[in-house]
Amino acid sequence: MSVLRPLDKQPGLNTATILLVGTEDALLQQLADSMLKEDCASELKVHLARSLPLPSNMNRPRIDLIMFVVNLHSKYSLRNVEESLRHVDATFFLGKVGFLATGAGRESHCSVHRSTVVRLARTYRSPLLFCDPEVDGFRVPVAQRLVRMLQICAGHVPGVSALNLLSLLRSSENPTLEDL
Amino acid sequence: MDSYDTRGSTPRHSASSRLKDYFIGATPLQKRLESVRKQTSFIPTPPRRKIPQCSRLQEDNDPQKVAFLLHKQWTLYSLTPLYKFSYTNLKEYSRLLSAFIAAEKQKGLAVEVGEDFNIKVTFSTLLGMKGTQRDSEAFLVQILSKSQLPSENREHKVLWTGWFCCIFGDSLLETVSEDFTCVPLFLANGAETNTAIVGTWFQKTFDCYFSPLAINAFNLSWMAAMWTACKMDQYMAATEFLWSVPCSPQSLDISYAIHPEDAKALWDSVHKTPGEVTQEEVDLFMDCLYSHFHRHFKIHLSATRLVRVSTSVASAHTDGKIKCLWNCPDGMEFKKDLEEKRRW
Repeated sequence: MSVLRPLDKQPGLNTATILLVGTEDALLQQLADSMLKEDCASELKVHLARSLPLPSNMNRPRIDLIMFVVNLHSKYSLRNVEESLRHVDATFFLGKVGFLATGAGRESHCSVHRSTVVRLARTYRSPLLFCDPEVDGFRVPVAQRLVRMLQICAGHVPGVSALNLLSLLRSSENPTLEDL
Repeated sequence: MDSYDTRGSTPRHSASSRLKDYFIGATPLQKRLESVRKQTSFIPTPPRRKIPQCSRLQEDNDPQKVAFLLHKQWTLYSLTPLYKFSYTNLKEYSRLLSAFIAAEKQKGLAVEVGEDFNIKVTFSTLLGMKGTQRDSEAFLVQILSKSQLPSENREHKVLWTGWFCCIFGDSLLETVSEDFTCVPLFLANGAETNTAIVGTWFQKTFDCYFSPLAINAFNLSWMAAMWTACKMDQYMAATEFLWSVPCSPQSLDISYAIHPEDAKALWDSVHKTPGEVTQEEVDLFMDCLYSHFHRHFKIHLSATRLVRVSTSVASAHTDGKIKCLWNCPDGMEFKKDLEEKRRW
């Protein structure tokens, strides 16, 4: 079983690659399209996967950021993400992993409680974003945030590293939750 | 200067005295802000719920009155606190509401051919339908039709029933001032038009707001687990689940029925701590059902949406419709507890 490691490949010139992992194909596709529409100085590559581990026979560039997409309407997507997390090397979690929870807007359809994903993100010390990709107004800002995060994780933003960003995001949270 | 300063507590002190002020003589607004702040800073869902002590329900209630609540389908609404509602004025309210309903019907808003316009409205309190002493008393509103015939047998036919209750509403009660009565849960049975008319009257008279209460899949699975946990002498019906699979052009429904004793046996094998139900136990219970289904049909039920749960104790639908089949004190009380906790 191959494990994803952050620095096992050479980086491409001016290229930033994001891997979106989630069971909802349509959702990932929408998000990918929004991200590619953004104006960005670096060349963006978006990879989509249903789950990890990725097939080892493919020749793929170095992955700079992994976003795990959980659909709050489906317990299956949560289980899938939990399984996939095992195939990621621990060094990835130094700012190069994030969680995206979708479907929080439709409370009546939720089978996963919001606090479950919050706890998951806290356990893995990674940022959590909420998004409803069906709504244009929500999708575009989240895509912009992801592109910015990706640029930082790929090292294309001078003076800010992935670890800097992670500590910046975490210090804005309530300090009493740091113990979790 | 702070205009909410009623008992000398100002929010301009240092952090430690501010905290003290919140506990001593805080205004309702400050209390509300504090409770909201508390909720957002902690992870909101309680991972375990206590099965509540049901002695209250058994002591005070009139078995006849409570019996009529069973075997009826109730549509749920959540309700904001009622302003200046008094339990002593119930007769007055019945009069006002009857007049209002008669006026509305004559306006032609709810037109039905041959309808009996002689309507009587009754307000009555339901004793015993509350969780703690502090909860407001539950009360019942019924629309009865007065018989046109001058016969001896003057049985009033019940056209519509609705009842208001508050169970374990402690978190709400501490943030609400004395002029308000907190009965956040409203259950209605009968024609939609009548529900709308009664709702309009309450909204106008007590400055409150009704909104339909939907039960999401997360809470339905909790209800399924807790109702299966009820000890029953004999089972009336199978334990049934209904899932909705979102697919085009029209959604698919999957129905899964289990023999109630098997469901109970499964729950007993999962349940560890007596008197408490934890999130892990509920998840495990549901996962067992999902994996059993997957083994046979290769369908991941966890990717679909749970829409309806039906057990021998009660049944609930995601649109906010419930039906109590058995007067299990645990059943009714924690059902409301779930709804209230979820809403807030």
